[in-house]
Amino acid sequence: MDVRKTYKLFAAGEFVRSESGRTYQPDGPHNVPRGSRKDLRDMVKAARGAFPGWSRRTAMNRGQVLYRAAEMLDGRRAEFRDLLGGGRPAGGQVDAAVETWVWYAGWTDKLHQFAGTVNPVAGPYFNFTLPEPTGVVGVVAPEEPALLGLVRRLAPALCGGNTVVALASERAPLAALTLGEVLATSDLPPGVVNVLSGKRQELLPWLAAHMDVNAIDAAGCTAAQLAQVQEAAAGNLKRVVQSGPGAEALSPHAALDLMEFKTVWHPIGV
Amino acid sequence: MAIAKRPSTEMRERRFEYAAAPEATDHLKIADSYSLFIGGRFVEPHSRRRFATVNPATGQTLSEVAEADDADVDRAVTAAADAFRSWSRLSGAKRARHIFRLSRLMQERARELAVLETMDGGKPIKESRDVDVPLAAAHFFYYAGWADKLEWAFPNRRPRPLGVAGQVIPWNFPLLMLAWKIAPALAAGNTVVLKPAETTPLSALAFADICQQADLPPGVVNILTGAGSTGASLVGHPDVRKVAFTGSTEVGKEIQRATAGSGKHLTLELGGKAANIVFEDAPLDQAIEGIVNGIYFNQGHVCCAGSRLLVQESILEPLLAKLKSRLGTLRVGDPLDKNTDVGAINSRAQLEKIEGLVNSGIEEGAEIYQPACDLPERGYWFRPTIFTNVAQSYRIAREEIFGPVLSVLTFRTPDEAVEKANNTPYGLSAGVWTDKGSRILWLAERMRAGVVWANTFNRFDPTSPFGGYKESGFGREGGLHGLAAYVELD
Repeated sequence: MDVRKTYKLFAAGEFVRSESGRTYQPDGPHNVPRGSRKDLRDMVKAARGAFPGWSRRTAMNRGQVLYRAAEMLDGRRAEFRDLLGGGRPAGGQVDAAVETWVWYAGWTDKLHQFAGTVNPVAGPYFNFTLPEPTGVVGVVAPEEPALLGLVRRLAPALCGGNTVVALASERAPLAALTLGEVLATSDLPPGVVNVLSGKRQELLPWLAAHMDVNAIDAAGCTAAQLAQVQEAAAGNLKRVVQSGPGAEALSPHAALDLMEFKTVWHPIGV
Repeated sequence: MAIAKRPSTEMRERRFEYAAAPEATDHLKIADSYSLFIGGRFVEPHSRRRFATVNPATGQTLSEVAEADDADVDRAVTAAADAFRSWSRLSGAKRARHIFRLSRLMQERARELAVLETMDGGKPIKESRDVDVPLAAAHFFYYAGWADKLEWAFPNRRPRPLGVAGQVIPWNFPLLMLAWKIAPALAAGNTVVLKPAETTPLSALAFADICQQADLPPGVVNILTGAGSTGASLVGHPDVRKVAFTGSTEVGKEIQRATAGSGKHLTLELGGKAANIVFEDAPLDQAIEGIVNGIYFNQGHVCCAGSRLLVQESILEPLLAKLKSRLGTLRVGDPLDKNTDVGAINSRAQLEKIEGLVNSGIEEGAEIYQPACDLPERGYWFRPTIFTNVAQSYRIAREEIFGPVLSVLTFRTPDEAVEKANNTPYGLSAGVWTDKGSRILWLAERMRAGVVWANTFNRFDPTSPFGGYKESGFGREGGLHGLAAYVELD
């Protein structure tokens, strides 16, 4: 007889049930936590707490950690393939997810060289512009593909040094919750990634309105939800990234879209 | 009112005794003899000749390595050319996986590589452990990340690999120089034949073993041990499309002549005679550490070493007093001891070169200072040395000594500092020490040198381009610029 797994939220580095005690069954016989507004707020707090440490790590160190996530995911290919329905499409999705971690692991220490500039201002000043992470990012994962959809948005957010609260696919949350187990063993500090499952319409308004969230990646929002999110985001001028049809493409801009640009002036002279 | 604390004479002259803290070597397996690494296998050299590689700290032979001749070079270049056909067509993502794997294996075998590097080259274990090996692995990691992003690195320029790269590296940072050469070459889709230096071949051979362990396709990396003639043969081989050399300016000039008209791509990283400039407002204790790091790091076997100290006249005396006192606390000796600051000179030939130049300094009228320190009886050693009363015309102020020898000169104004710093045919690096940010940038603008360190010295990073102006060579290694040296662009 199998020992079955209890699916839990991934919050502040730990696996917890929803504080609300609620579950739902979107995906077979499993009870999945139906996260609450309080769960969401706890996760934002954890993500904010983790931001200074994660964003100040060296770019190289962040690359090593993201690469570790690829290693850990690679070791659990079979499990994810089964979770995603088995067969070639599922296998392809897992391969692409591994590839995504590897690809962004390589960008952590290259974003500055790609998007930073030295600006030849007309005066005796050294002037340069560099990208910096924006802060706590809410990632609204697409409903499908359940694993790759999330990884394609999560990896670039982390690559630039942000911390994340991710809303898992509502219909197929098991892969996202299991990804939490991969990240928990990838040397990511607790709180850098938090994964919340539940009813999107219940959680999204609170995420969009939360005053300590700096940006929302709205990849998984419907047109109506996007409008809602954009309006609520105005409360603290959140950046809302609307990923179009190219949301799944690998691009450094996926990371840069969640970054600020800072310009520094310094005089030159004896 | 601040009360200056004056150390007693007793304190100043006290010698600190340290218990020996030697790194273990029993985990290391060094074979009695090594062959050439060609086409993914270790093969007997056609030449049938082998030569000894020696631990410069003991004079003992560690192993014998093969001496590749023209036929061996031809075999290796052919293997690399064969491998190029499939390696260059492999997707960037797959090449990246291979290179990431090399990086991970180097991290996993870091201890072994560090001990080997120290035994074969004489550098202190704390340097090979904390600098050489981690940086080498980081280089592979960084360039692995470019392998699948070439279109982002060079947008709209259709980056293509060049072909077989012939790479010749020096003995001062054997594994790190290997990484600087091989990592960007592989990332861009080239294959390589690399010749490590005659006196330090063992870490490159350990790297060959790592290539096997990583299942790197045969022929992508080939390692040929040998001396100068092997290097010349490799550089001259008609199927080599790219030559990368790190070493002396003299040999660099020969290579530029030898490759003239061949259409080969060429990058050269050559000698240096860096000025390390200290202004009167510099944080003095920090500057002392930077000066020491600048010239005594790796026994001064560093092409970018801060070998000319330019001190603003007003602080010469206090600076020299502090510097001399700091020299008294440097621990010179067994490179495998974890407390050692200055290890063994790499070879007898190098020791003789240093001695010759130091004698010229004395003869030309400079004043020499060396701290009292015991040197081991066997092996090659040289005391950390300071020369004062040095004129710009002296050989010790013009020629690269490549040893732990510092020449001290002075200046009065910033303009004079610039004039003197640039008064050299070299242009690899420069250092500046001052509390004023604007002065750092002012000076950096005026240095004819490829790297300028401000309030620090001898910093290296895979993301940071490194290379020289003028007779210190051309081309950059590290960063995006380092990748450009290995691609053909529209």
